[in-house]
Amino acid sequence: MSGQAAKENLIRLAHGAGGLESQQLLQELILKIFSNPVLNALDDSARLETPPGPLAFTTDSYVVDPIFFPGGDIGRLAACGTLNDLVMQGARPRYLSLGLILEEGLPLADLEKILNSLAAVLREEDVLLATGDTKVVGRGQANRIFINTSGLGDCLPGVDVRAANARPGDALLLTGTLGDHGIAVLSQREGLRLQSPLTSDVACLWGLLGPLLQALPTLHCLRDPTRGGLAAAVCDIAQASRVGIRLREKELPVKPEVLGACNLLGLDPLAVANEGKAVVVCPPGDAPRALEMLRAHPLGRESRRIGEIVAGPAGQVVLETRLGGERLLELPAGENLPRIC
Amino acid sequence: MCLAVPAKIVELDGDQAVIETQGIRRAVNVALIEAPALGEYVLVHAGFAIQKWSEADVREFNSILEEMEQAE
Amino acid sequence: MNTPSKLASVRQHLAQLNRPVKIMEVCGTHTMSAFRSGLRSLLGPGLTLLSGPGCPVCVTPITYIDRALALAGRPQTLIATFGDMLRVPGTRSSLEHARAQGADIRIFYSPQDALETARNRPELNVVFLGVGFETTAVAVAWTIQEAARLGLSNYSVFCAHKTMPPAMAGLLASGEVAVDGFLCPGHVSVVIGANAYAALARDYGRPCVVAGFEAADMAQAIDQVLQQLLQNRAQVEIQYQRSVTWDGNASAQSLLAEVFEPCDAEWRGLGLIPGSGLKIRPRYAACDAERVFSQWEAPVSEEPRGCRCGDVLRGACTPPDCPLFRNACSPSHPVGACMVSSEGTCSAYYKYGK
Repeated sequence: MSGQAAKENLIRLAHGAGGLESQQLLQELILKIFSNPVLNALDDSARLETPPGPLAFTTDSYVVDPIFFPGGDIGRLAACGTLNDLVMQGARPRYLSLGLILEEGLPLADLEKILNSLAAVLREEDVLLATGDTKVVGRGQANRIFINTSGLGDCLPGVDVRAANARPGDALLLTGTLGDHGIAVLSQREGLRLQSPLTSDVACLWGLLGPLLQALPTLHCLRDPTRGGLAAAVCDIAQASRVGIRLREKELPVKPEVLGACNLLGLDPLAVANEGKAVVVCPPGDAPRALEMLRAHPLGRESRRIGEIVAGPAGQVVLETRLGGERLLELPAGENLPRIC
Repeated sequence: MCLAVPAKIVELDGDQAVIETQGIRRAVNVALIEAPALGEYVLVHAGFAIQKWSEADVREFNSILEEMEQAE
Repeated sequence: MNTPSKLASVRQHLAQLNRPVKIMEVCGTHTMSAFRSGLRSLLGPGLTLLSGPGCPVCVTPITYIDRALALAGRPQTLIATFGDMLRVPGTRSSLEHARAQGADIRIFYSPQDALETARNRPELNVVFLGVGFETTAVAVAWTIQEAARLGLSNYSVFCAHKTMPPAMAGLLASGEVAVDGFLCPGHVSVVIGANAYAALARDYGRPCVVAGFEAADMAQAIDQVLQQLLQNRAQVEIQYQRSVTWDGNASAQSLLAEVFEPCDAEWRGLGLIPGSGLKIRPRYAACDAERVFSQWEAPVSEEPRGCRCGDVLRGACTPPDCPLFRNACSPSHPVGACMVSSEGTCSAYYKYGK
């Protein structure tokens, strides 16, 4: 490959400098992939039309390593993660912003793949990329690519699914298997040398939960068990709502491969990240209908009722173990690290 | 103090093996096992096999796991 | 016999004994398993399951962390460690904090992978933090022997391995802990064999049952201890028959003997226990970090004030008895090692205890 061609294949500092190369990147890659009337205007700010009513607005940054993993990549994650935060608020996702921080030397082919993954999610969910920004930092100053996405959505009328909304007597539902994403990503980390057939569950949950919210606006909480896993999500709900939670271990669906990796490395499946699952808290009378609707959708086939909200002690989550005993579930502290003991 | 899991040897090359447990595969050192063989079960700690399991041992373990699965 | 009926048997035998019973397990993985499975919550008030000094992270002296951190500060030095050690507090810092400040500290699941890294990166000095009991010492021993065979000059081990039977004897000899029987560590015993506890049972008159790690195993092992107490026996028994033999793993034992020799060792919170540690033999000096690195200064180490890890490790108090428990000391802000290690007694009580 000639020197010239080689240069053109990699991101260089010039691509972030705002001049000719930045324009080329924008026109030849970004606009090609994301073309829409809002973005194409290329104004300093996007001008958006939104229906009346409250908006949900969220932001998230993505630094996942490795950037390509079984079942997805950082692009897909950056779209689904942020859109899901809108869904968890009971909002229909409408617009996304995209902030890219690229490390000098990132192959353009990788960037293209990542942007295409992100764009595919937006197309599926009918979300527009409204605005964005690209910066380039020197080698070693970013781990190939960091992405920030912010999302805007319209809140569904009459829906309030904040974490503080759970009430004693409510049913707790989970939409599928735990730990798939975290273990899929971990298995790719060079130091661990694991071979696993697991793929990340990364997916946008609007298709699964939008109809549910519209059919059952009386749902009390939605929460996605991302970092910190199910344990963090239920602890958050218990804290925010000042209620207790009781979960049944034998109802928690975990794939054998996730258990295998967790047993080998000493990880807790309840603390491993998920990127395509949700915890749903609803009045007990709504639970059968909710489960029926969830299970009818490909992303919710393994939905189960996993526990209940109880009056107290406030903030305490109790797991009824398989053995018939009990233990507390706490907010995981620190990284979920492989251990020998 | 010691997490160790039973796993099956699915590849073998001298002291280096690949084991499989519940669909997960990993490289493991079998230098401490006498005459390891493909298809045999070993107990794995920190990437090393420390003990061989017989078929009877595997059966005992599986019945413990099954009992857990079916617990009321 | 299934687990519920084993538990019923435990309760029945306890009732027959008609006195409070204290059984000590000396393996952090047992502590974890008993909590996680909910077994602890099912044992009933007459039986206390004490956690002894079986968490190698918890018993590693604070000065070891401080010295590891001093090494981490050197150029071209990679500290290779098990994940368990990352958040253990030293006097002023931890490996986690040091890594955040730029030190090259990497987590490995297996010491063999650290050795491989040393082979691939001849410009780096790879120092493996050798922490753990006999089970883990075996894996580390293999890497030392292999490094010597390959003539590698950039792989060494900072050795703090400890052995179990001397520690159990030390605990009993001190007379400080009233323990009726032991659950012996299942995987350590895979290596050392159940006969290793014979002197303990004989000299101190305590039943010693080598236990596996599933709740079913522990329930059965506890029941075996109770039955011995009822029959006034003090013997070694193997509950964990699928993994443990009387003689242990002979190749593993000779590897240990080839690479290590016994030494006195400092146990955090317990003090010096004679013959309870392992040190690298002179013939493997090239792999002994203590000998490889010279002028290895570390600031003076200090134990944190108020921390009762030592008492907890001896089984002399439970975590709730420590004034720092759930106040100054929690998994997100651990003061002592018992809280840092995911299987430390304080961590287990905090996370799982009711």
